[in-house]
Amino acid sequence: MRIPLSWLREYVDLPATETGRDVQARLVAAGLEVETVEQLGDGLKGPLVVGQVLTIEELEGFKKPIRFCTVDVGAANGSGDPQEIVCGARNFAVGDKVVVVLPGAELPGGFAISARKTYGRTSHGMICSSDELGMGDDGTKGIIVLPPETEVGKDAIELLELVDEVLDIAVTANRGDCLSLRGVARETAIAYGLPLRDPALLDVPGPNAHGYPVRVSDPIGCDRFTARTVTGLSPEARSPIWLRRRLQKVGMRPISLAVDITNYVMMELGQPLHAYDRSLVQGTVGVRRATEGEKLTTLDGVERALHTEDLVITDERGPIGLAGIMGGADTEIADDAGRATTGVVIEAAHFDAVSVARSARRHKLSSEASRRFERGVDPQAAAAAAQRTVDLLVLLAGGTAEAGVTEISAPSAPHTISVPADHPDKVAGVTYGRETVVRRLQQIGCDVYGQDELIVTVPSWRPDLAEANDLAEEVIRLEGYENLPSTLPRPRSGHGLTARQRLHRRVGRALAGAGYVEALSYPFLGEQVFDQLLLADDDPARRVVRLVNPLNDEEPALRTTMLPGLLAALRRNDGRGSHDLALFETGLVFHPRAERTVAAALPVDRRPTAEEIAALDAALPDQPRHVAVVLAGAREQAGWWGKGRPADWADAIEAARTVAREAGAELIVRGGQYGPWHPGRTAELAVVVDGAERVVGHAGELHPRVLKALGLPDRTCAMEIDLDLVAAAGEDTVRAPRISTFPMATQDVALVVDAAVPHADVEAALREGAGELLESIRLFDVYENGAQLGEGKKSLAYALRFRAADRTLTVDEASAARDAAVALAAERAGAVLRS
Amino acid sequence: MSAPNKSYDPVEVEALKPQEIERMRDEALAAFAAAPSLDALQEAKTAHTGGTSPLALANREIGALPPQAKAAAGKLVGQARGAVNKALAGRQAELEAERDARVLVEEAVDVTLPHDRVPAGARHPLTTLSDRIEDVFVAMGYEVAEGPQAEAEWFNFDALNIGPDHPARGEADTFFVEGPDGSADSGVVLRTHTSPVQIRSLLERELPVYVICPGRVYRTDELDATHTPVFHQVELLAVDEGLTMADLKGTLDHMVQSLFGAGMKTRLRPNFFPFTEPSAEMDMVCYVCRGESVGNPDRPCRTCSSEGWIELGGCGMVNPKVLAACGVDPEKYSGFAFGFGIERMLMFRHNVEDMRDMVEGDVRFTRPFGMEI
Repeated sequence: MRIPLSWLREYVDLPATETGRDVQARLVAAGLEVETVEQLGDGLKGPLVVGQVLTIEELEGFKKPIRFCTVDVGAANGSGDPQEIVCGARNFAVGDKVVVVLPGAELPGGFAISARKTYGRTSHGMICSSDELGMGDDGTKGIIVLPPETEVGKDAIELLELVDEVLDIAVTANRGDCLSLRGVARETAIAYGLPLRDPALLDVPGPNAHGYPVRVSDPIGCDRFTARTVTGLSPEARSPIWLRRRLQKVGMRPISLAVDITNYVMMELGQPLHAYDRSLVQGTVGVRRATEGEKLTTLDGVERALHTEDLVITDERGPIGLAGIMGGADTEIADDAGRATTGVVIEAAHFDAVSVARSARRHKLSSEASRRFERGVDPQAAAAAAQRTVDLLVLLAGGTAEAGVTEISAPSAPHTISVPADHPDKVAGVTYGRETVVRRLQQIGCDVYGQDELIVTVPSWRPDLAEANDLAEEVIRLEGYENLPSTLPRPRSGHGLTARQRLHRRVGRALAGAGYVEALSYPFLGEQVFDQLLLADDDPARRVVRLVNPLNDEEPALRTTMLPGLLAALRRNDGRGSHDLALFETGLVFHPRAERTVAAALPVDRRPTAEEIAALDAALPDQPRHVAVVLAGAREQAGWWGKGRPADWADAIEAARTVAREAGAELIVRGGQYGPWHPGRTAELAVVVDGAERVVGHAGELHPRVLKALGLPDRTCAMEIDLDLVAAAGEDTVRAPRISTFPMATQDVALVVDAAVPHADVEAALREGAGELLESIRLFDVYENGAQLGEGKKSLAYALRFRAADRTLTVDEASAARDAAVALAAERAGAVLRS
Repeated sequence: MSAPNKSYDPVEVEALKPQEIERMRDEALAAFAAAPSLDALQEAKTAHTGGTSPLALANREIGALPPQAKAAAGKLVGQARGAVNKALAGRQAELEAERDARVLVEEAVDVTLPHDRVPAGARHPLTTLSDRIEDVFVAMGYEVAEGPQAEAEWFNFDALNIGPDHPARGEADTFFVEGPDGSADSGVVLRTHTSPVQIRSLLERELPVYVICPGRVYRTDELDATHTPVFHQVELLAVDEGLTMADLKGTLDHMVQSLFGAGMKTRLRPNFFPFTEPSAEMDMVCYVCRGESVGNPDRPCRTCSSEGWIELGGCGMVNPKVLAACGVDPEKYSGFAFGFGIERMLMFRHNVEDMRDMVEGDVRFTRPFGMEI
């Protein structure tokens, strides 16, 4: 809400020295978020005067039409002679009153005016547009043409109220009352301890039987409807400058006198109004819900199919307005020459906030009126607002107020709240005392009775005050949030981070320690990426959760894999010149449940049952946490120490081992094939959870076709695993090993096996065969040489370390254990000891 | 050489004459002193102390002497060999020291050479800042609570007193999740704040509840220098008997002191949120200028735009309606809550100028932040 300081001063006698910034500080402390204070006319310096165009000479031969004008500016130029001015605008004629800026003046933005040669003539000043004066949109996009009665030579800075300050307030959803000058003035008056001149305090004639006929069929949707009629409006009447200027300053565009007046009163009192062209309304005005199949073309020219819950204003023919949101085109006020409105029916009504909010949402139509009704309008202000509108139409448009006053109101009682007098003290942790509490509540317009238990009747303009805490807030904010003391509660002792939380941190640290840099990608993806990733048609990752309103239509789904986001980050880095890359990310992926349900709207007046909560959770996508890495370029840099080493499939798999190690889980690594990965360089990764083996993901080099499709560097590698599953496979507590201090015996064996036999199988056999004397086993060489070993064979060399807990092993014992190991490897994997 | 005397023959042995022994000793000493290198010394050692060296041979002769002469000769040879060994050790030490000095100089390296074989990794500063904030509260006894990011509307809105028709619900810039069969209504959204975790905490935990809820949240803002549709929040919830706004203020003060240093404080300004009543906007003193740039054009502060305060986020006393929706008796319990964006805090705490830097995963941005923040 934009609040011109000059307008605000009409209701509160602020000290003359008080600036917009001063008022801002007071209102901010009171809880109104004044975001900016705009300085209108900052840097504007006269002479800026009213002139009358005497002659216009069209200059030929230029790219655009140019006019050489003489303008009578009275005595403002010192000589009284006509002022010669060159002008490029065309929306004025001889005899028009215009705004002239004379040499020596300065326009906003430091634009100094002097006589200058242009288009072969000398221009002694400028004829001004509203833009040049920083006035805001007046709808003309050209020269300001003033009303004919404006006095020539008059100072235009004052006339157009060009110098002002405007407070821009972000009004919170609960303070509909502050979407008006009246509401902000009230807060200002309280903040300064000054009296308020309430613009809604008007003499309003009581309702009578001669008013325009109105029938409200839905008193829940509309609990108040005031109708007034004004006739004899002059079709020539235009909005006076002050009215136009005030509307411009609050950010509205002047349109026509009758519309401007309803807008002005809405800004002043917060009551949305609508003026119907009386000659176009047929018969009784009604308020009811729309019926099936009804349509309405609203003022914005859109034909809308109405819903049976939409509250509409009707006449005999049907809907003529969407209640509280926008009027219909059929009864629109006109000031065209051909069809000028001379009589209006004014509607000042109070509509149900929820009904308006729903209709506005349904029709995607938010208006100044709907914004106010949704946030709460003072129902008691309707009659005054109607009166104010009538008064202005009479005053400015020469209309005649008809004597008939229609007022329909559903019976209602003011809202009262019972609150202990010390409740604000308990909320704040401050002892204010009953007297202060009562005084503050009265200040905001409450009636307060009672001693220890206060009975508080809240004012009609504060529908947001509904509960005891609402009243506590009023007291505390007026006493000043800045005066709250600072105390620390003593929480119950906690248990620190959970095992899962500690694991997430550890995984991050371990991967960063291994040289990976964390990236945080958006979890949005487009489903075409699944084709690029070579996922099978029935791959579960293709089943996605989609968004109704994605930011980017190309990426409407939530990720089921981390790869697209992380690979995009890799590509971005590569494109920016970082080629040796190791990135990681941990985060949630989203899988739709097999059985998809809708999450119900549960009641909020009680705790939901366990079943209700379970039903909500069952409607959510499954959201496991994944961890992924991607690598490209060099894993080890080349340098003075020698050659570097490119990142490869083994690094990606090792990253999975790193994660599993942090989780205390035993990772099963075996050859596998899966969509995005190189079919010969992919590890399928698994863990055992509750006795069952579960595949947790894959690692290795990516498929060349994937790299091509996604524009990635050659030999890019990746790993992705389900961290939740890995965590579930982890052991909680490490059992300390028994350390033997007896000497160890080392035995190396080189085994020849078929090239296709995985090392893991050989090692497992050796380990099992070696028995309990085996302390450790380590593969230290892999050797393939067809000539020496035979085609399709490879040699695996292992160092076996044997040690006993209670004695020094003899050579024979160690050799026997080694032989047993080799024997089992021979049996299981066809291994032959290499001589 | 002569063979050992088998028979008693009190003949004076040439080699055992004192002057002969002295000569042997002096020759050895001279040879050691003259040895220019360890190798030469090794040769001299063999020549003068080895099994066939003159002194060793002389020593052997002692056995052949008459008993009355053995003691004197033994002493004579022993002293000579002692002197020789001592000289040898001395020269050995000298030459080794010389060699060491030379070799260690030769082995000198350029210690300024880099060794970035595997460049260091790093965690994202949003992660580590979140950890840091969590740690402040964990130290106070709070626990860290988490929840789903695709969340039921009831948790994200209704239970937080943001009913279906509440204007704030429309202003929340929500991503809606498609329902079964592609329908628009699933009752599920991407959470717009971590507040649903507060609700889950109240439902799942025993009272009193002191939790901190960090996590990713979503709003339909286009990415630009100051907005991102996916961002991170930390929220706090305390529900206990007798909690007050002063407790909220004290908790906030403690947090900013922990994160920004002693003497830091916060300021509350009234505001409105459906889930708190009373509600406030919270600011912290600018940790760079400590407010001294206000009205001091000579010392402008970029961090706070010379306003002296930095806007942190929203807070307030938990709305009793929220407590009721979670089955907590508002007559008995009260609570406070606050929340703020981690991106914003990272921006002003570490002079990040563009939101996109935190989003794009550029390693040049993230690396300097290392493991902790």
